[in-house]
Amino acid sequence: MKIAVCVKQVPDATAAKRIDPETKRLDRSGEAALNATDLNAVEEAIRLKEAQGGEVVLVSLGPERALESLRKALAMGADRAVLVADEAAAGSDLVATSRILAAALEREQADLVLFGQASSDGDGAVLWAAVADRLRRPLISQVAALTTDGSTVTGKRQTEHGYDTISAPLPAVVAVSDAINEPRYPSLKGIMGAKSKPQETLSLADLGVDAAEAGEAGSRTTVLALGPPPARGESLKIEDDGSAAQKILDYLVERRLL
Amino acid sequence: MILVYLEHHDGRIEKGSLGVLSKAASLGEAAGVVLGPGAEEVATTAGAFGATKAFALDTPELTAPLPQPRVDALASLVEATGADTVLFGASVLAADIAAGLAARLGAGLNWDLADLELRDGELVGKRPALGDTVLVDVGWKGTPRLGLVRSGALDATETGGSAPVEVFESSFSDFSTQATLVEQTQEEATGPSIEDADVIVAGGRGLGSPEGFTQLEELAAALGGAVAATRAVVDAGWYPYSTQVGQTGKTVAPKLYIACGISGAIQHKVGMQGSGTIVAINKDPNAPIFDFADLGVVGDLHEIVPKLTELVRVHRGS
Ligand SMILES: Cc1cc2nc3c(=O)[nH]c(=O)nc-3n(C[C@H](O)[C@H](O)[C@H](O)COP(=O)(O)OP(=O)(O)OC[C@H]3O[C@@H](n4cnc5c(N)ncnc54)[C@H](O)[C@@H]3O)c2cc1C
Ligand SMILES: Nc1ncnc2c1ncn2[C@@H]1O[C@H](COP(=O)(O)O)[C@@H](O)[C@H]1O
Repeated sequence: MKIAVCVKQVPDATAAKRIDPETKRLDRSGEAALNATDLNAVEEAIRLKEAQGGEVVLVSLGPERALESLRKALAMGADRAVLVADEAAAGSDLVATSRILAAALEREQADLVLFGQASSDGDGAVLWAAVADRLRRPLISQVAALTTDGSTVTGKRQTEHGYDTISAPLPAVVAVSDAINEPRYPSLKGIMGAKSKPQETLSLADLGVDAAEAGEAGSRTTVLALGPPPARGESLKIEDDGSAAQKILDYLVERRLL
Repeated sequence: MILVYLEHHDGRIEKGSLGVLSKAASLGEAAGVVLGPGAEEVATTAGAFGATKAFALDTPELTAPLPQPRVDALASLVEATGADTVLFGASVLAADIAAGLAARLGAGLNWDLADLELRDGELVGKRPALGDTVLVDVGWKGTPRLGLVRSGALDATETGGSAPVEVFESSFSDFSTQATLVEQTQEEATGPSIEDADVIVAGGRGLGSPEGFTQLEELAAALGGAVAATRAVVDAGWYPYSTQVGQTGKTVAPKLYIACGISGAIQHKVGMQGSGTIVAINKDPNAPIFDFADLGVVGDLHEIVPKLTELVRVHRGS
């Protein structure tokens, strides 16, 4: 079975995130990492491959340097990576991003396309539905448990009303939740081998996507202005030096919560 | 005209989507859209929340709560009515419908909207971003404009009006009906309800194992409170679904919320930010929960929670 996993490079969790007031885009110049919940999708793909054989291909849209982050997933066990990197794609919104990723995925013709739970910068948890519509494939999202017999895929999905078990014939698109598995740590051998695995960088032209259909030109949403969030009350942050429990108790007593 | 997708389950429209309808009605001419079982009957409610019209469609393709056939139906309706805006109250189902529709129509989708307003006749969305650290004004290029409103952000107001219901038609794409619902399970709540508790001790993946919840139960017992959980641990089977707080779980507002080993993802935050006092224990100093906790404690919950339980017991006993 051929599995494509959509993964994204995002600002590292420890880096302070900011939107550039000039471009009104997220500042992506700082420390970066592979989006944490995408590792669950990578892990699930590798487990399926280990059980049933096949190939795991990473597909990503992002700046050239995103390859560094993709290597972590290659080190975990993905076979190769395809990165769409093109200046003209910067600032793509959902409509433009889904168009570009769908074009890259069309090229791969995978049996199963996996997504992570949400990107930590955009936090839309929406991209898969747009991509599935463009690929004209069935979709199962928010999947906390996944099984496949090679011709159909079944996922258990949490909604506001409980759990729905949904089945779809392959080829299909599935977005997993971060509870589906525990992503493995790359082994030393995996890390050593990652660099030499096939890593392809594609331009929009390679995919036959018109530059006017990508980036800000191809987007249908805009950021008009940035403002500070509503102010919040005083807050206190302490580090545990052995006395944290006592400090919490004192705080609760002081506020008459005990 | 603004179309508002009214999500319903067992004949009842979700409160969140009625809040979106009330807002839409204050911005212009708004129509409600109801799809699936009993749609025609359910749609009669729309007028009471400001809709001047309601659209309904109930076909076998729309019986299960799956997104893709709903994309087909809404795309047909947008085409037939020439609607310039389609709004949704956020839910697992609505997010997939909205994003699918965005791709289908090549239309802009703004999500996580906390509010909407008209500025010089143009629709502007208010979107808290980057873990609510910045408030962004967002707009749309061209029509239709699509928007997903953050759960619980807008209140529904009854106007007492009524609106005619029109049954419309749609065809369905071959791929849209390939996914099928195999089984639906609804977990009934057991034990004390977290919605009524004054004190909640909540646990996340940082507990490390299902057994970790024993510690929280002891702390909750000492405080006279209830235990809640994040989706990550509920989905992993560590704790029951009925205790889940957040977008897809319950919304709670206790006097005191103690979050243990919880990162503070936005989907969790929307379910507990109304709490009086929030105390967070997390070993990662960069965890987003510290951005909105009143008292943040950087440390290991396995060290702190048992000690705190003991101190509370002693305090209470005295
Ligand atoms: C559409 C949608 C709906 C969702 N609905 C919900 C919802 O209703 N409710 C919900 O909760 N989530 C929901 N989520 C998921 C949400 O995005 C997060 O994935 C989830 O809340 C994370 O749970 P967590 O905090 O337990 O786990 P993690 O994010 O893994 O956080 C665990 C935390 O524990 C800390 N930790 C680890 N060990 C220790 C220790 N020994 N001591 C102290 N701290 C420790 C870590 O530093 C980390 O910050 C939803 C997501 C989507 C996309
Ligand atoms: N630029 C991107 N390239 C590849 N995959 C992406 C990209 N952005 C998001 N994704 C995937 O889509 C999922 C949901 O992203 P989002 O809708 O942005 O929250 C992520 O978990 C990734 O799997």
